[in-house]
Amino acid sequence: MNFLSDFAWLIRYLQSAIPIVITLFFVLLGQLQMPLQYLSDIITGFAVISIYYWVMFRPELMPIIFVFFLGIIQDSLSGAPLGLNSLVYLFIHALVYNQRRFIVGKSFWLFWGGFAIVLVLAVFCTWCLASIVRGSYLAPEAAVIGLIMTIIMFPAIVWLLGNTQRRFIGSARFY
Amino acid sequence: MAKRSAKVSIAGMVLPVRLWTQRFAFLGLVLLSLTLMLFSRAEISSVSQVRLAIVDLVTPVIFVFSKPVQAMEGLVSNVERLFFLNQENQNLRESNARLIQWVEEARKLNIENATLRAQLEYVPDKRSQFVTARIVADTGGAFFHSLLINAGARQFVRRGQAVVWQGALIGRIAEVGNRTSRVLLMIDINSHIPVMVESTSDRAILAGNNTSRPVLEFLPDNSPISRGDRIVTSGHGGVYPPGLVVGTVAQATDSTVSVKPFVDWSKLNQAVILDYGLDGILPPPERVPTSALQTEVSSDLKTKQ
Repeated sequence: MNFLSDFAWLIRYLQSAIPIVITLFFVLLGQLQMPLQYLSDIITGFAVISIYYWVMFRPELMPIIFVFFLGIIQDSLSGAPLGLNSLVYLFIHALVYNQRRFIVGKSFWLFWGGFAIVLVLAVFCTWCLASIVRGSYLAPEAAVIGLIMTIIMFPAIVWLLGNTQRRFIGSARFY
Repeated sequence: MAKRSAKVSIAGMVLPVRLWTQRFAFLGLVLLSLTLMLFSRAEISSVSQVRLAIVDLVTPVIFVFSKPVQAMEGLVSNVERLFFLNQENQNLRESNARLIQWVEEARKLNIENATLRAQLEYVPDKRSQFVTARIVADTGGAFFHSLLINAGARQFVRRGQAVVWQGALIGRIAEVGNRTSRVLLMIDINSHIPVMVESTSDRAILAGNNTSRPVLEFLPDNSPISRGDRIVTSGHGGVYPPGLVVGTVAQATDSTVSVKPFVDWSKLNQAVILDYGLDGILPPPERVPTSALQTEVSSDLKTKQ
């Protein structure tokens, strides 16, 4: 028995935490002051890519309770009403979890297109909820620019997440 | 065979229970999110405290993350400066020559002012105290415009205090945690600042609209406002002190007057929180500032240099 096998449980535990840590990293990175306009919005969109990816391929590593808390952290930092992003993230989780059987194992274009639909719906929900909570019409232009840029950046982030999965977590488990 | 059927039956029992648990967990979390949103909207203090506790907890991590970004930004800025070094030197020399003349003028005016004030027994404005803080997070986003700064109740920051940088208004303190505070930016849709046109003293309300150009509301119809007019705080309402520079008129039409803030949002990395001892419409302070940690700021902060 080698030394590492004694810590196999710890290694497995750390491996299973990777998807949550990556998503949290994107949430926190999106709050940083960036030298370029809209960059924060785009990086915040990476968190949605991460949720989409992990719920699609390893849903057991992205439980809804963590998705809820990721939203709470984002709301706390962004000044949004507590619960707004949690609700949107829960919606994304439910949508992707229920539709994943139509996308997993199909072409990348379908995977990408699916994300575009999910993101559009998520941004629309955020905009509606924010407008209702704030009691006025909010200009959606900045959100639309962030949305388009996030969709464009999708393949690069998925490549990163895919490599992370292959290197540290293991192949997808299809249900 | 019997063993196998027992296994199947246990699995058959566990699976629906698991599915129901998941479904209930989902519904429960959705309901919890909606409840939290309603409580946030109602500005219930316990929700705000939870939010600030999370912010206090997470801010050190963001602060660490921000270091490489700041270093990269500094590097790019230094390279940019190298290209314009000669031009910048020339501009600085000209600016310096102009400022030396102004210093002489200011000295004369200062003496004259002091003499006139002594003759009139003038009661001077209350001087402000200030705390300088670093911006740790630009939590803006598309629908909410605020900043997190690394100064909170421990540094005697209080809700409602005006926040400036280089003499120009940024916004006001909206939430105060132990070590961090949230600054509501003047461009946020929830921001309404009593202002006046410096040249005419016409009063208005500067209303944020979630764009980089907030608009003037309730400006008198006959106000002779034009592009380039400076807008300063009027001091009405007792939240912001009078005379803080806000911006210049960017566009003035019959229906809309938009203002370009003096603050360059892209280069904002620090903020000064002013304490004029104004409570205005806000609840009374929870803490009393001590002069040991705060320093008097000269009144020239009111005017943008």
